[in-house]
Amino acid sequence: MTEDLSQLSFEDALAQLEDIVRKLEGGQLRLQDAIASYERGAALRRHCESKLNEADARVQAIIQRADGALETKSMD
Amino acid sequence: MAGNVPEYSVSEISGAIRRTLEGNFGRVRVRGEITEFKRYPSGHLYFSLKDEGGKIAGVVWRGSVSRLGLAPENGLEIIATGKVSSYGERSSYQLIVERMEYAGEGALLARIERLRLKLAAEGLFDAARKRALPFLPDVIGIVTSAQGAVLHDIRTTVARRFPRRLLVWPVAVQGEGAAGQVAAAIAGFDAIDGRGAVPRPDVLIVARGGGSLEDLMAFNDEAVLRAVDACRIPLISAVGHETDTTLIDFVSDRRAPTPTAAAEMAVPARAELVADLAHRAARLTSGLARLTQTARLRLDRTAARMPDLPSLLATARMRVDDRGERLDRALPGLIERRRAALLATGRMMPSPLLLTGPGRARLDLVASHLLSGLRQALRDRRARTDRARLSPAPLAAMVRERRAHLNGLAGRLESLSPMAVLERGYVLVRDPSGVAVTRAADVRPGSRLELTFADGVTEVRAVRADSSQGQLDL
Repeated sequence: MTEDLSQLSFEDALAQLEDIVRKLEGGQLRLQDAIASYERGAALRRHCESKLNEADARVQAIIQRADGALETKSMD
Repeated sequence: MAGNVPEYSVSEISGAIRRTLEGNFGRVRVRGEITEFKRYPSGHLYFSLKDEGGKIAGVVWRGSVSRLGLAPENGLEIIATGKVSSYGERSSYQLIVERMEYAGEGALLARIERLRLKLAAEGLFDAARKRALPFLPDVIGIVTSAQGAVLHDIRTTVARRFPRRLLVWPVAVQGEGAAGQVAAAIAGFDAIDGRGAVPRPDVLIVARGGGSLEDLMAFNDEAVLRAVDACRIPLISAVGHETDTTLIDFVSDRRAPTPTAAAEMAVPARAELVADLAHRAARLTSGLARLTQTARLRLDRTAARMPDLPSLLATARMRVDDRGERLDRALPGLIERRRAALLATGRMMPSPLLLTGPGRARLDLVASHLLSGLRQALRDRRARTDRARLSPAPLAAMVRERRAHLNGLAGRLESLSPMAVLERGYVLVRDPSGVAVTRAADVRPGSRLELTFADGVTEVRAVRADSSQGQLDL
């Protein structure tokens, strides 16, 4: 549980969640491990949900300045 | 000889030819294959156009290069537009080219095919070089025209499926300079490190709507293809309509038939993910619930099989009490039983008299034998003693005989006594140790001597000794 979830991609988090769900459904885990897995699964689920919720629809155009540096300009 | 043939100077004839050439031909379109192509440092391009029967030199002035319409190279079948002119100093004529077009689709396709084969041989299209697209990108970089339906399609599709941040790098997608802009945009996105104000895209879409083969040529440009190959960000190509295939589709990581399809590849459908996540969450919860339920069931079952401790204790206590009581009774009972057994055994033991009786009888018998034997022996000795009775007479006669013999010996002993000799005047000389001194030589001067006379003893000291004549100092 010490792993920082915020660095985890949605895809990896989802894959881990699926793995935990399968193990829990398999019923082969020891109870202590099952609870720890569930807690991790719940955290992964929250992480996935937050990833799904952070739907930012900004559209920006790249503008290259004379010195080569880039900046953006909103296109909305 | 000169007659009426006009005479020209070299400059005059050169200028006349030049005027004739430029005047008669004006603007021309010439079809041919580029050969001997050379780019000069001045920026001018020199080449020749040839076909089966002839060859004509051509030049593109520096100022026309950017508007030329294509990048000339050897082997290219083109239609050049320009004018014919001469170069008087060298007595040569040439084509001054302002525009070039590909000479028909066949030539264009052949050129594309040549590039495809070349890049394929280099391995640019290898499946192993394809990068996987991210499942859910945060930022999508788009290389396309700022105007037009393509960008609109991508924006609406992304917004519908999963709103994401879009970075658009506007480029010209056809015509002069398009290829260079596209290549620069791809390289520019790849150069963003994300540490500045502009975030680095997680995926790129290079898109253009449908068009003629010539319109799409920027996406067959080698510089663009190499920029795509060098780009480290996964790249989706969506150029033209579904039926159009440009070389960028070979080198990109994914090929989308349309810009909309590219947007669908770039982002997953959020609604599906939400539903999927909810499903997984439900499975997660029920999975744990089932597990704990199973565990509880097993616990209950096992608990049911556990023995009743209080009743076990009571039973044990009863057994302890029982054994304790029996223990208390056991020792006295044992002693009692042993005592009874002892008595029984005692009763069965024979009397000592019975045991010693025979011995005693034999002892008595032997004792009586012994006594009678002793008496008999005493009687025998007495009888023998009585038979040997002693007489004192022979003994007395023997005593008398022995006394007479003794008296005779005493008289003889008296006559032989030294005292009798001393009575007659002789002296016995002895040294202090009592040894008789019978010779004068044995007397040393000064030695003490003991003289025994008949009536007593006196002590003297010798004065001198002489072997022949002794002298006694009295």
